[in-house]
Formats: sequence, structure tokens, C-alpha cells
Amino acid sequence: MPLDLVVNVTIAGVLTGLVYGLMALGLSVIFGVVRVVNFAHGEMMTIAMYAAVILFGAFKVDPFLAVLPVAAVFFALGYALQAGLINPFITRPEHSQFILLVAVATIMVNGLLIGFGPDARNLQVPYQLESWEFGKILLDKARIYAAAAALATSAALFLFFKYSLTGKAIRACADNNLGALVVGLNVKHLYALTFGLGSACVAVAGCMMILLVDVTPNLGPAYTLLAFVIVIVGGLGSMPGALLGGVLIGVSEALAGLYITPSAKSMMSFGLLILVLLFRPQGLLGRKA
Amino acid sequence: MNRRAALMLGVLLVLLVVLPHAVNAYVLSVATLILYLAYTGQAWNVMMGFAGQLSLGHSLYVGVAGYVAGALFFHYGIGPWAGLWLAIVVCVAFGLAIGFLAFRFGISGVYFALLTIAFAEFTRIGFDHLAWTGGPGGMFLKVAQRDAWDLLNFRGPPIMYYYAMLLLCALAFVVCYLLLKSRAGYYWQAIRENEEAAQALGINTFRWKMLAVALSSAMTAVSGVFFAFYYNNLFPEQIFHISRSIEIILGPIIGGVGTLFGPILGAVVLTLLSDGITEALAAMGWEIPGVKQVFYGIVLLVVVIFLPHGIWPTLARRLGLSR
Repeated sequence: MPLDLVVNVTIAGVLTGLVYGLMALGLSVIFGVVRVVNFAHGEMMTIAMYAAVILFGAFKVDPFLAVLPVAAVFFALGYALQAGLINPFITRPEHSQFILLVAVATIMVNGLLIGFGPDARNLQVPYQLESWEFGKILLDKARIYAAAAALATSAALFLFFKYSLTGKAIRACADNNLGALVVGLNVKHLYALTFGLGSACVAVAGCMMILLVDVTPNLGPAYTLLAFVIVIVGGLGSMPGALLGGVLIGVSEALAGLYITPSAKSMMSFGLLILVLLFRPQGLLGRKA
Repeated sequence: MNRRAALMLGVLLVLLVVLPHAVNAYVLSVATLILYLAYTGQAWNVMMGFAGQLSLGHSLYVGVAGYVAGALFFHYGIGPWAGLWLAIVVCVAFGLAIGFLAFRFGISGVYFALLTIAFAEFTRIGFDHLAWTGGPGGMFLKVAQRDAWDLLNFRGPPIMYYYAMLLLCALAFVVCYLLLKSRAGYYWQAIRENEEAAQALGINTFRWKMLAVALSSAMTAVSGVFFAFYYNNLFPEQIFHISRSIEIILGPIIGGVGTLFGPILGAVVLTLLSDGITEALAAMGWEIPGVKQVFYGIVLLVVVIFLPHGIWPTLARRLGLSR
């Protein structure tokens, strides 16, 4: 295997992995605070991808501009979903929450199927075919931009949680729910806010991902599983962990596609997940519960 | 179980025995599917409903068992009665391996559920690359004459499969009834309600959880073998897919987790609902792909929101079967 090919594939894996990481970050933030696993996460991702396709098809809006309205709408929808449906399920057993979100996911997947049919959709922007060349190293412009946007969004979220008052309040809810209630925080509102933020992350990730792959309605469950794998490998509730997990999975997928066969790529991810769950259940960067 | 419940159960059983002679082939196939889901749901319920261990990867056992028995038949002509035992052994080995790894390392709750998904997905992709069983192209078992009962090879008319599944359902019901009243059943319920307290009382929770996984995987293995010989085709994409695991667990959850009738009632309600929606949409001419699943999802939402413990506990109270 020529070295420059391996290097190029690895770089592409890292860049795609950062977008994966942003998607998983949304799941991680939601689980870390609300303690509910969002089984509709990948389905939300595909909705964002369709949104970018539509905005581009109808109004020629570049995905990097489409990010803003799509993320805003997703924030509102995520807030409504948590406030209306999920908040009453916080104290229910896990299998109840699972069915609730599976039902939501089913409606999402099939709503897309009704609206857009089963065929793959994509969009074409001029810079998708351009790249920078450094000797034998090729850097796809679309991939670089997408990864940069993912990093910027993650950084913004990180700063929000670290320094803003609301971010601190949300972290307080996650650390000690009862304590947060005692000091008078509106926990349900903060939960909804968190779900909104997690949804906005997915929206950005979806708008970026559509530059890299085609979308079909059935892609949702695969992305949901992918997000779980990443978040558990990186450490549930750890923000840098989600990005690290994303990069690891992105690279392992890319290399498995190169060395073994593309269809075996998710076997690598699930193998990695099983190993991490067994030997470091809190994830690579997670704290012990 | 009070006398009223026993009477109703008897009537139900008689109805189920005579049913195939009163209905057409389509209804018979739907009834067989219901029994299949009821049985498999019962098997899942042993692990989750009794012992509180949430498995979201039960398609693993269905698929592995189907492939083991199917491959023996396909390659060597070994009938399902021998294949069944090997399938059970392999599935129990899988279950115990997952259980051992998870329980030893203290993995529980959501993490355990995700681990079961990971194993099922891992195996699915593995079978996709296993040429011996046909890879993604699937494995097809020879379909024998449909009119002769060949019990030895478990080939025959649809009615044979119906009765086989009815027998399995009845057996599973009795087994689960006895289990719930046994020492193991009480230990499991203690573990389900509060594992730490159970441990403090001296229950070896590891051992009893392993027993639950072993029993559940063994019971699910039987439905995997049934699946292989009833449908005669196996595709990794279908049999191991997470949607199949979801299909298995929806019945017991909608019916009532941890109850004996929940898995049965859930399978009946969900299958009739799914077929009813199909019929209704066809009658209205709305046969757009996806519409059915959207309705299904909405009904699921409504049930899970308004009946948090499933349909059976509410229904049983209405029928005067429980206080």
C-alpha cells in the first residue's frame, strides 16, 4: 500500500471524524445532562441533511449559510421535543424512554420517506471538487471547511458550558439534580435548553455531512448507532471525548475501508466499542461514575 | 392466578386450537406471526421483565440460531431437531459470554443495552462477510412439498408451523409461570427492583443474572430455528437488524413488561394494529411507502405515554383478574 494513499485516507478520516464528533457531541450533551439516550439522534441528523438539500435546491443557499436557519429551527424543535414529550419520561424506566424515542425516530424516518422517497439526495457546490495539493498530499476543500465548522461549533458549545451562567446552571443540573432543584434552578427548562443545544449540534453536523455523503431516509438508524459508538468510546458526558471518539471512528472506518473492505468498516467501530465497554466502560476521556 | 383467569385462559386455548380450521391462509399466517412474536417476547421478558436486564440485541440469538440450524440443514442435510440443540448451545454460549463480560465489569442499564446492540451489529456484519452462509446474498433452505407433514425435517404446510408455534407459546407460558413462582423468579425480581439490596441479602446477583441471560437466549434460539425453517431464507441484513430486536421487545413493553400475558397481548395488539393500518390505508388508497409506519409510530407514542405499565395491567384490572 503506497504511503501517500494511507496518509490521504487517514487525513480524510480525521476530517470526517470531526463532523462525526460534532454529531456525537449533541448526543453526549443530551445524555450527560438529561440522562436520556436519544435514540432518534441519527434520524435528526438525516432531517438536517435534507433541510440543507432543500435550501440549496430551492434558494441556492450554500450549506455553510444554511447552517444558521437549520440550527435555529432544530434548537426550537429540540426544545419543544424535550419540554413536551421527554420531560414527563425522565423518571420512567429506560425501556419506556427507549420506546418513546424509537416511536419518534420511526415517525421521522418514514416522514422523510413520504416526503422525499427512497432515492439518495445530495447537493453540488463548486468547492466540493477542489482541493489543495501539498506534494502528494491532497486536502479536499469541502472536507476541510466542514471539519473547521465542526470544530468551531464544538468550541462555541464548550465556551458556553464553561463560562456562561446558563451553561454553568446546566452543568449544575447534570452534577446534582436535587441540588439544582434546591437552589431554585428551573430544571425542566434547562433540560429542554440542553436538548435544543444538542439538536442544534446535530443540525450543524448534518449540514456539513451532506457535503461529504448522499442522504437517504434509511440512513438515520445507522447514524444513531454511529453516534452511540463514538460517545461511548470517547466517554459519555465528556465533550473532548466526543470529538476524540469521532476522529478515532472516522480514521478506523477509513483505514478499514482501505485495508479490509468498505462494507466491514462499521465492524471496526463496533469491535472498538465492545473493547472500550469492557476495559474502560467510562470511555477514553470519561470520568468514573 | 384466580379461577376466572384460568377459565378465560382455557377458552382462549380452545379457540386457538380450532382457529386454523376456521380461517383462510392469510389469517393463518398472521396468527403464526403473532404466536412467533408472543413467544419471542416471552423469551425476552425473562431477561428484562423478570431480572431487569435490558437487552436491545435479541435479534442476535434469533439470527445465530437460525443460521446454525439452517447451515447444518443446507450443507449437511442435518434436520432441525439435531440443529436445534446445537443452536441452543451456541446461543447460550453467546449470551453467557456477553453476560459474563458485562456483569463482571459492572456494566448495567443503558450501557448494557448498548453492549447488546453492539454484539448484534458486530455479528450481523460478520455474517455479511461469511461466504459459508452465503454472505449478504443470503441462505435459502429447500422448500419441500407444502402438503405433506415431514415432522422429522420440520417441513410441511403452514398449519404445522402454526401448531408448532402454539405449542411453544403454551410451553413458554407455563415455564414462565413456574419460573415466576420459583426461587429464581423471586431472586430475579429482587435484583430487578434493587440490585444492591438483593446483594446485601446475600443473593449472588451475578449467578442469577447469568441464569436469566442463559434461559432467555436458549428460548430465543428456538424461535430462531423456527424462523429459519418457516421462512426458508436468511439474510444478515434482515435477521440481525436492530429493527428486528425492536420488533421483539415492542410486544412485551406495549403489553406489559414483567407480566405473563403482556408479551402475548402486545404481540396480538401490535400485529393487528400493523395489519389493520395496512388494510385501512389500502381501502382509502393511501398506499404511499412510509405512511403506515408513521401511523404505527403515532399509536406507539400514544400507548407509551398514556399506559406507562403497558396494556395488560390496565386491562386485567378492568376484567377483574387482578386487584
